[in-house]
This record gives sequence, C-alpha cells and structure tokens, in this order.
Amino acid sequence: MLKILKYSIFDLLRSRWSYVYFSFYLMLGFVLLFLNNDMNKAIITLMNIVIVLTPLIGTIFGVMYYYQSKEFTELLLAQPIKRSKIFMGQYLGVALSLTLSLVLGLGIPFVFYGLFKSAVIFDFSLLLLVGAFLNFIFVALSYNISLSTDNKIKGFGYAILMWLFLAVIYDGLFLISLVLFNEYPLDKISLAATMFNPIDLSRILILLKLDISALLGYTGAVFKDFFGTSLGMVSSLSILTLWVGLPVYRIIYKSRKKDF
Amino acid sequence: MISFKNIHKRFGKLIVLDNLNLEVDKGGVFAILGPNGSGKTTLIKSLLGMVIPDKGEILYNGEDILKQWEYRNNLNYLPQIANFPANLTVTELVEMVKNLRPSKTNEKELIELFGLTPFLKQKLGNLSGGTKQKVNIVLAFMFDSDLIILDEPTTGLDPIALIYLKELIQKEKAKGKTILITSHIMSFVEEMSDEIVFLLDGKIYFKGTIEAIKKQTESATLDVAIANLIKKQYA
Repeated sequence: MLKILKYSIFDLLRSRWSYVYFSFYLMLGFVLLFLNNDMNKAIITLMNIVIVLTPLIGTIFGVMYYYQSKEFTELLLAQPIKRSKIFMGQYLGVALSLTLSLVLGLGIPFVFYGLFKSAVIFDFSLLLLVGAFLNFIFVALSYNISLSTDNKIKGFGYAILMWLFLAVIYDGLFLISLVLFNEYPLDKISLAATMFNPIDLSRILILLKLDISALLGYTGAVFKDFFGTSLGMVSSLSILTLWVGLPVYRIIYKSRKKDF
Repeated sequence: MISFKNIHKRFGKLIVLDNLNLEVDKGGVFAILGPNGSGKTTLIKSLLGMVIPDKGEILYNGEDILKQWEYRNNLNYLPQIANFPANLTVTELVEMVKNLRPSKTNEKELIELFGLTPFLKQKLGNLSGGTKQKVNIVLAFMFDSDLIILDEPTTGLDPIALIYLKELIQKEKAKGKTILITSHIMSFVEEMSDEIVFLLDGKIYFKGTIEAIKKQTESATLDVAIANLIKKQYA
C-alpha cells in the first residue's frame, strides 16, 4: 500500500492544481495576517473559509482523481496487489496531499508572523486538524460516490450535490425546522442533527476551543451545554473520526465486489 | 493450465458469460474471438480478477484464483486502453511497476526495441496514442511469466512496431509460454495463433485450430470463416 500511496502523492504533487490550492492558502494566510494584524481574528476568518472550502476541494479532487486514474487503476488491478491496498493507497494519497497543501499553505504565513511565540498556537493547530479531518472525510465520501457511479458526469454531479447539501442546504433545512417546531424541546434533536453533519461539527469544535459564545449559535450552545467544553471537544473529535472510518470501511467493502 | 468452470456473469439484465466452460493447455498462442459484446474482455478480466463472476470457478495451475492475488505474480496483462497517470514520466512508470513486482525484468531491451529511449524522460500525458501503446507493451512483456494476456495488442501501432510485436510473441511462444490474445484483425490472428476460441452470446461456440474452423465452415480464409460462424447464429 505504501508504494501506491507514494506514487499517488508523487503524481498529485506534480499536478498544477495542488500548487494552485497551496498558493491560494498561502496568499490567504499572508493577506489575512498582515492586513488584519490580529491572529485571533485571522483564525476565525480562516475557520469560516476552511470549513466550506476544504470539503469542496476534497470532494472535487477525490472524484477527479478517481475517474482520471481509472485506467491506471485497472493496470494496478492486474498486478499482484490486493484490491483494498490499491484503493486505500490512492485515497490516502489524495487526502494527504490536500492536507499537505493546507498545512503548508496556512502554516508558512503563520510561522512568519510569529506563531510559535503567540498564545494561539493551539487554536491554530486545531484549525489545521479540523481541516485535515474534513479533507479525509470528504475525499472518502467522494471516493464512495465515484466507486458506486461509473458515469463520470453523474458521479461529479452527485459529489457536488453532496457538498452543497452538507455545506449549505442542511443548515437551511435545520433552521427551518427549528423555526417550525420551536414550541417543542429541540436540544436533543439539534444535537443529533449536528452530529450527522461533519461541517457543522467542525465549526462547533473550533468555536468551543476559541471559546467565543457569540459565534456558537443555537446548536453550539446546546452542544456546550450538553457536553461542556472539554467533553464536547473529545466527543466531537471522536464523531469526526467515525465520519472518516465509516466511509473508508465502505470503500474497502465496495472495492472488493466491484467489476472493472 | 487454466480452466474456467461453469462461469456465469451478468451485468444488470445482460448475461455476458453463460455457464461457460473452457480449458486452456500450457504452451501456445490462443486467440479469443467473437463479435463485439460477446464477452471476450469479460472472460479475460475474470481470469485477472478484475471482474468477479457470479457463479463458477477459475483454476490457474490447479488453484482456485477467485479473490486471490498472489497468482498474478505469474501472469502479464496488456490492457485494451493504455492510459497512465499524466504526470509521471515513462521511466518513473516502469520503475513503479517494477517496484510493485520485484522480479527479474528485461525492460531495457524492450525499450530499445520499440525505440522508446528518446521518450523516457517525457511525461506520459504528452505521448501519442501509439507511443503509449508501446509503453504498454513494454510493461506487459518485461516480466518473465508463464501466462501473457494481450487485449487488442495492435491498437495504434505503426507497421514496424507491429512486426516487432509479432516477433516478441513468437519468441515468448518458443519459450513454452501460454499467450491469450483478443483481436479483431484476422490476418494478425491467423499469423500468430495456434488455436482459436470463438465466443458467442457468452458461450464457447467453437474451439480448435484455424484449419478446423475453415473446414467446418467450408471457408477459404479465416475472416470468411468467422463471418460464417456469426451469420449461422443469426440465420
């Protein structure tokens, strides 16, 4: 598996898009820090961007890489390698190289600005950790979609819809239901609803760490109330892990049965 | 050497392989022929473990190969479409496949034979279709395996490369290897193969030598014989 992983990363690190993605974060980091002159504010702004953008890029890269390397995957399938190793290698290759772009792209400006001497180093690390989680989750989800859909255009469509649903529509539906059913006790339901959306979960996780109640919103407040800050963080991190684990398990399961 | 036993495969409503039984003995060139959609590629891919049959078993050297992968150490495969990661160079790709399969290789000889030396440092995405097919051939022939499977090997090759490919196949055959070929180019099949397997509607319709198929269909050439076989089925 490590060999496949090595070549996937190698392949992706040479692709122009990895550099576009990397430079985008690099520029964003520098602009936010040196115009704002406030690390805390920069982190909050970055959070809002990372939470929406990493899922989108993860989804697109995942689908694109799967379909683009399809013939090559077929070549690998005819080699003496176990199927699950091929797909795990490719999946980890995409997820890791995206995470690398994120960590380096945001890390470099923050280090230049004096991250290691500041108090926000943990907040910043958490932001990167959450970004990494979102990469792994959404690349896994998009790999699931493309493994189940042979038609490239359809696969792309479903993947974008999934992102749109989790990043935008889900919150909208959730808000509407809160308004409609505001006479009922909603805290348990909203707690559950948050857990079913990795993007919401990540947002709450970071806000809990930043300890900004004003930005927590209803779900965040319920979350904090229910779990408290530290237990809330632990439980949201473990649910995020589950969000990685389940789709990855399905990749292995699905790839074992698929015809190529 | 290879035996397919009661292989059944359907894609949705379409039955591609229908209770197919086939024995392939060791040594020689076997051509798998049939009209489009007759199940040739599916048959080859189930031997490779890329398509998983619904029913039946496949034995390679006496061992059941379904859901196994180690047996692929002893077979080489040339896929129909040669499409590689666009960002790797030819050398890197060859090294990678070698790395995945640590056994003796003779890629230098093959690269020279097909005149690929000037392309070694180029990215695969920039190569022409024919050059990609040559790389494909190098990858398929560089390992020393008992079984070589070639799916439409002539696609996009120039006349000289085609001659080299034929020589290569003859050479491997002389070493006592088993070679499975699918092709729509009958002159190529007639020149290369010892035995023909004709697939129709997911079943083996004919298996035997080229002489036998000509005699059975009362045809002078192989392409007429094959055309007659297909016509008879639809008559």
